Amino acid sequence: MVKVKNFFILVGKRLREFFIGVGKTCKKVFSNPKTIAGFSILMVFVFIALFGELIFPYNADTDVANKYLDPSWEHPFGTDWLGRDVFRQVIAGTSSVLEIAFFSAIFTVVIGTVLGIVSGFVGGWVDKIIMGITNIFLSIPSFPVYLLLAAIITIDTPVTLALMISIWSWAGLCRAIRVQVMSLKERDFIQICAVMRMSKAHIIFKELLPNVFSYIVINFVMAMRNAIMASVGIMLVGLAAYDPTNWGAIINAARTKGLINAKNIAILMYPLVAIVIFQAAMLMLANGLDETLNPRLKVM
Amino acid sequence: MAENKPTQTEVVSEQPLMRLENINMVFKKSNGLLTDKHIHVLKNINLDIKQGEIIALVGESGCGKTTLGRIITGLLQPTSGNIYLDGTKVTGTFKKKITSYNQVQFIQQDSYAALNPVRTIYDSLYAPIKTHNRKWSRAQIDEKIEELMSLIGLQPSSQFLTKYPHQLSGGQRQRILMARAISLDPKLIVADEPVSMIDVSLRLSLLNLMKKLNEQLNMSFVYISHDLSTTRYIAQNGRVAVMYLGEIAELGNIGDVVHQPRHPYTRALIQAVPIPDPDFASYDELPLKSMNLGSLENRTDGCCFYDRCLYSTDECKISVEYQDTPTARVLCRNLGCVPNQPIYKQKQK
Amino acid sequence: MNENIIEFRNVSIDYPLRKYTIRAVTDVTLGIKRGKITALVGESGSGKTTLSSSIIQCISEPGKIASGDIVFFDNVDGEDKKIVVSKFKEKEMKPFRWKRVSMVFQAAQSALNPVMTVEQQFVETLLAHGEDKDKQKQRARCKELLEYVKLDAERVLSSYPHELSGGMKQRVMIAFSLLLNPDLIILDEPTTALDVITQSYIFNLLKQINREKNISMILMTHDISVVAKFADYVGVMYGGRLVEYGKVNDIFRKRRHPYTEGLINATPSIIGDIDKLKPIEGSPPDLMNLPKGCIFSPRCPYAQEVCVGEEPSEICLEDGSKGRCYFFKERDNGRK
Repeated sequence: MVKVKNFFILVGKRLREFFIGVGKTCKKVFSNPKTIAGFSILMVFVFIALFGELIFPYNADTDVANKYLDPSWEHPFGTDWLGRDVFRQVIAGTSSVLEIAFFSAIFTVVIGTVLGIVSGFVGGWVDKIIMGITNIFLSIPSFPVYLLLAAIITIDTPVTLALMISIWSWAGLCRAIRVQVMSLKERDFIQICAVMRMSKAHIIFKELLPNVFSYIVINFVMAMRNAIMASVGIMLVGLAAYDPTNWGAIINAARTKGLINAKNIAILMYPLVAIVIFQAAMLMLANGLDETLNPRLKVM
Repeated sequence: MAENKPTQTEVVSEQPLMRLENINMVFKKSNGLLTDKHIHVLKNINLDIKQGEIIALVGESGCGKTTLGRIITGLLQPTSGNIYLDGTKVTGTFKKKITSYNQVQFIQQDSYAALNPVRTIYDSLYAPIKTHNRKWSRAQIDEKIEELMSLIGLQPSSQFLTKYPHQLSGGQRQRILMARAISLDPKLIVADEPVSMIDVSLRLSLLNLMKKLNEQLNMSFVYISHDLSTTRYIAQNGRVAVMYLGEIAELGNIGDVVHQPRHPYTRALIQAVPIPDPDFASYDELPLKSMNLGSLENRTDGCCFYDRCLYSTDECKISVEYQDTPTARVLCRNLGCVPNQPIYKQKQK
Repeated sequence: MNENIIEFRNVSIDYPLRKYTIRAVTDVTLGIKRGKITALVGESGSGKTTLSSSIIQCISEPGKIASGDIVFFDNVDGEDKKIVVSKFKEKEMKPFRWKRVSMVFQAAQSALNPVMTVEQQFVETLLAHGEDKDKQKQRARCKELLEYVKLDAERVLSSYPHELSGGMKQRVMIAFSLLLNPDLIILDEPTTALDVITQSYIFNLLKQINREKNISMILMTHDISVVAKFADYVGVMYGGRLVEYGKVNDIFRKRRHPYTEGLINATPSIIGDIDKLKPIEGSPPDLMNLPKGCIFSPRCPYAQEVCVGEEPSEICLEDGSKGRCYFFKERDNGRK
């Protein structure tokens, strides 16, 4: 009994320490105005993605009688050529866009970090092979490959699309992490681990990873940004037409209807502005995090 | 000397803690497309480190003292030669799990770089103890850390343990490094220029701490430095190995070597050391032919000090050998021609 | 003719930071003797670098002179001309810097431009200061200087900095500082990164320059051992104050200020009694949180009640030495 009790006390203590640590980090991170601004906008997008469709349910039924309506209280962004509400389309598309961004960023960061650390830490022929693969991915332009891949495999879920995007975007991160790990490996505090005969797991997870963690966080944000660019591009050329409300798909649809019609240009503008706001927010967040977390930019 | 290699059974009595036997270290540096430059950083180093002694490696930058220190800690593998720790051959075993190498620890020069910037002092001290004492409870380790902190004189410990390296001063960090080094109860500690980045007024207390650890815990110290003054202070009763271009030029008791150096290089070195007393200011030219350090490439069997030495003969160019004098072992075949009077006569007292 | 070449008159230097201001140098009054070598000794944070670099307005950002004057005495045909350097605008400072007062930095590696040869850098400086444009003459001048510092001039001139060793680079820097025949050279820890043998050569060379060319020098160092051999006058700095100043022999023999005494007693040497050495207890002052009274009092073994009250002002003695200690006059640890 005592053992069990002690165990719970210990768990409680560790959890408390953990949350205090998290709290401290948050306090530090959110002292930067850029971070606050970027993060707030991101949270608004997340909120829209989660609850937007509950508040403004989207109805894909066509209602030709009400096509090309001007913005009004009922239709804040007006309606499109089939009489569908553009505002609700954009809202409905948010979750799709964010899903792609989020999954793609996770895949990119995981692949890039794991391969980067392995490559930098192990070195030798492992490093040579991984770097060879990385260089192949870096030297082949991504967009034509997306086109090719999209033609071969059917993209019908955000995860597939995210995976496709991340396969061509992890290489840069991998190279950067590898270089960081290689320079960290030569640092005194890693060398002393070898003298003290610490395990490789300890060196990687306890010594190296905390030192590249901030870099990974920043790159996660940047990867989200990149993924949206790429996904919208792919949608724009109509290669992944599984979700008609994705911002890219809306733009594409408006484009194919003909841009001579000013109404179509207006419809195209709404998702475009949403993308620009999202991009700006991500850049602000990344810069803000960089300022607080990157030790080289730290000012007294 | 190479003939009678000591084996575990042979040397029981007076066995040195660590024996370095014919250590050579050659780095390859690519030079153009096809040829490699061979840089002979260490050449035929033989050295015994006794239990509980302080031995100093002294020399200019590029003399190989740091490389030798890293070889002793096992961070580098020598190109050839053997290392025996307590009579057991340990060369080539560093990568494998040999716990005996825990007995050699390392204190680095730059205390800031030697501590992980994103981990607290407590974390940095806790991890090595936990790794090597798996069964210890947290309370036991905390007790050990407390003991270490009182030994190195950082009290109250709670003030320091929760801090990050950048929140401590250089002297405090250097003490933490010492605590970490002794936390695994090593028999030998290699200290690479531990006080060169510390303020003068704090140096002495750090050196005193090392002396105390040496006496109280009977740990041997290898003190690596370019500064003969601090070396003389810490290794008061110990030995010094004066290194020049990867060879031990002179090995002897520090008092004797400093007072009455025999190797021509040591004589120049001692004369160059500034003395904090205007009475001893000398503006004489150093007894050297040139101030340029020789090259580590394409070594011959001859004396590497040949072209800077005032007393060298043609024979020196061909070969060189150790000679034992009453006070030291000197790498010079021409000792008869080298003056042997003390550099400084004690003026007062 | 004034015997001083530079005079600091009640100079204080501040570093305004975001939240608070740090006073790096506090009320220093000091004359640098013409033709002599004056050493400023102090540990990190003592303000010696800040003080010396204020002469040529090279204080690192955001430091600035808060009060006091720095006066340069120009000697034209035996007549003194007083120039208040600290009031200079950048435009006026430019011709003054290097031509009148030059500097040798601690890290010779970073002071030289890595992508230019030594000759290009020398010539550029000559041109920037409007010296003779004749290529032949320029080259001759460079060669003369490099040979003066005992370097192989032909080889060094066409070399890039990375092709030279540390000692060679430092000698190039010394030649570089002599380029425009300055009256004063500021030496910022010129040998810290170098080995003792090279250090000995460099100091002998500098001493020779001082004697032959009659150039005044200010040496900043943390190492009191080199001071004994090299300097004529010594100023000891602690926590931004000049705590003691005097002739080198007085400083070492009399050790009037307890900090000077502590510093000398804490410096190991290759001769003398090891057991007599003892460290200074405590830690260097925190400039953001200075102790009350004499700033050395928390570490001072002789501290009295009066020492923790008000900060002592400077006490000057007849022999030219001065210091900030209540017992400066009485204390004389004179060794005969």
